Formats: sequence, C-alpha cells, structure tokens
Amino acid sequence: MNNIISKNGLILAGFALVVSAIVALTHQGTKEQIARQETKQLLKILDQVIVKGSYDNELYKHCVTTNSLQFLGSKKNQRAFVALKGNDPVAIAIETIAPNGYNGNINLIVGINAQGIVTGVRTLAHQETPGLGDKIEIVKSDWITSFNNQAVDGHKDVRWQVKKDGGQFDQFTGATITPRAVVQAVKNSVIYFKRNQQRLFSETARCGDQS
Amino acid sequence: MNQYAELTWQGLWKNNPGLVQLLGLCPLLAVTSTLTNALGMSIATIIVMVCSNATVSLIRQWIPKEIRIPIFVMIIAGFVTCVQLLFNAYAYGLYQSLGIFLPLIVTNCIIIGRAEAYASKNSLLPSIYDGFIMGVGFSAVLLLLGAVRELLGQGSLFAGAEILLGDWATSLTIVLVEFDQSFLFIMLPPGAFIALGFILAIKNVLNARVESIIEPPVVVEKPQRARIHKVT
Repeated sequence: MNNIISKNGLILAGFALVVSAIVALTHQGTKEQIARQETKQLLKILDQVIVKGSYDNELYKHCVTTNSLQFLGSKKNQRAFVALKGNDPVAIAIETIAPNGYNGNINLIVGINAQGIVTGVRTLAHQETPGLGDKIEIVKSDWITSFNNQAVDGHKDVRWQVKKDGGQFDQFTGATITPRAVVQAVKNSVIYFKRNQQRLFSETARCGDQS
Repeated sequence: MNQYAELTWQGLWKNNPGLVQLLGLCPLLAVTSTLTNALGMSIATIIVMVCSNATVSLIRQWIPKEIRIPIFVMIIAGFVTCVQLLFNAYAYGLYQSLGIFLPLIVTNCIIIGRAEAYASKNSLLPSIYDGFIMGVGFSAVLLLLGAVRELLGQGSLFAGAEILLGDWATSLTIVLVEFDQSFLFIMLPPGAFIALGFILAIKNVLNARVESIIEPPVVVEKPQRARIHKVT
C-alpha cells in the first residue's frame, strides 16, 4: 500500500516537474515578445493622448509614480509619463481611475500639457454596460474626444459636469452615471496635476527599464 | 460507419459538447456577445483540446489509474498557460479581447472530459481527431450563439474583427440593421441563456429527422413465425 502511494506520488511529482519546465520554457521564450507587445500597446495609447511630435524623449520610458486616493481614485501607485522637449517638460499622461463607474472602476489615461489643458483622454479598462456605458471607448464613440483642449478652472468649475447637471459634457441616452464618473475623474486628474506639477516634472524617471 | 466518421458525427451533432453534453457553459455564455469574441474563444479551445488529447493519449500507458485526474488537470493547465503566453506574445488583440476567459479555459469540463473519456483509452491519431472535432462542435455552437446575439443585439456581424485579426479584417464587419439603441438584454448574460435555450430547442426538434438521415435505422428482420396449422 505504502509502496503504491509513494510510487504514485513520485509519478505525480515527475509530471509536475515536466509541465512546469514546459511552462517555464514558454515563458522564457515569449517574455521579450510580450514586453515588446506591451510597450507597443502603451505607445499606441500615449500617442493618442499626447500629440506626437510635441515632445522628443522616449515617452514610455520616462515615467514617475503618482498616488492619490482623492484625485486619482486609488490607494495604489499609478504611473504618469512625462513628455520632454529638449529638457523642458511639455506634457504629461497620467493614469487614473474613476472609482464610481456604473459597474466598478474605470481606468483612464489623461494627457495634459504644461499649461494644464487636456490634450486627450482614453479609456484603458472598464466593465460598463455594453451598448450603453461603453461609449466611453474610442472605438464605440468619439465622446471621449470632447475633453480635448479643455481647461479646468479650480474645483468649482461648473463646466466640468454632464449637461444634465448643468455642465458642458454630453451624457449618453440611458447612461448618465458612466460619463459623470469619467468627467469627474478627468477633472480631478487635471487638478492633481496642477497641484503637483513641480514634483511630477522634476522627479527622475523610475520605471524606465521595466517597460 | 468507420471510426472517424463516427467521431465526426458524435462531435458535431449526436454528442455535441455545447448542445448535448452541455459542458463548458461558462465560456459559452460569457464570451458570445459578439461573433468576433466567439471566434477567438473557438480558436483557443480547439488548440488546447487537440494538444491535451494528443499528450494524454501519448502518455496514457504511464499514468496510474488512481492519479490520472490530477495528471490530466496538470497537463491541461500547462497547455492553457502556454497558449495564454503565446497569445499574449503573438496575438495581443485576441489576448485582450478574451481577457479572463482565456485562462479560464482550464475549467472547461469538455477538455478534461475528452481526455478522460476518449484520449486516455485510444491511440494518438484518433485522439487528436476527437479533440479537434469536439472542439469544432463546441465552436459551432459558440459561433452560432455569437452571431445570433450580435445580430439581435447590435444588428451587425463581426464587429471589432480588426482587434482579433488585424487591420485587414475591418472589411469583415457587416452592419445589417442600424439600431438607435442596441438591444441590451440579448447582449447581457440572460440573453445568452435564452438564446442558448432556443438553439437547444431547435436542435431537439431537428434531432429525429437528422438522425434518421445520418443513422438509418437498422432494420431488424422479424423472425418468421412457425405457421401453426389448425389441427383438426
């Protein structure tokens, strides 16, 4: 009896070893390609929120960490990418979260230039209702471009609301909560940027080698 | 019927994983909101099924009966992880559109079901074919459900195909009806259940007819009765 158990145990261990080895090999073989894909993806998104050509550094390598539950919607560290022209910072792309979407967090990236004007916003991830709330994706609707060239005039800026609440941004038919959350998150990230502009622009790049 | 014809018949109709065995309902219902997603899931499932069936069949002599299930689980999990890594590396769009459902292929009972019921008892080639054709049978249901839901929900077919297949696929997208408001219900999980219910019902209605064509009823010759003469 004991004999069978130990024999089976060994066989099981052998299989575990072989399978792990195969997975490890695949991981090793695909690691670089995956990193390349992720960089490519990141670049594609960064290009959409900060106009290409307005900066000349390798944007995706120059990233600083941010952390603000109040303005960026998460206790965790998030990334922000600083665009430089020569040695002067000209714009920043801040990752942020709208914590009050209809169905949980909405991950966004907000491009803001040094004057505090929004250069572009894109949705990175969300679980909003398909067909209603998912119009925040650029592939579904160009609503998200309505943030372009907007400035925020402090906390009480009434324009930064959906039209239903007296602001300037459209809501969607049947979905007000989603655009309301996004508008608020974008506004907050601009305020965050203005308050921390000095630090964000002077900090040395941290996550350069990772991604 | 020879072995392969029988396997085909079993996988595509008689014992279809999606419609008869009702296995793998989680991905079946979750990723079929559009035809594109259904196609991505189909490709991933077929790859994993063929690989796992082939491996299980190759090593079946060395697997002790008592521990076969954990070994199958390990093999399948290994393949799914590899497929996930490979998709992440070489088919990033597909990887993104499938999201969490790619690693969840591990929990699809069809795969372990076929490993246990077929591959662990049969030689390599039939096992590979069984995995393939069962995968195709499952995919057929996925694609049908995806097409029906996308058509009723958004009035289009193959929306977002370019995310999956690259930029050339933009031309695949067909918009048949323009809705002002998409039919939300059918795109959410309840719609998936109901659509699947209708497909099951149709399958059951057609069942007798299709089976009578493919599997002609074996005519059993009645034994001649000995004639009993009236004895007078």
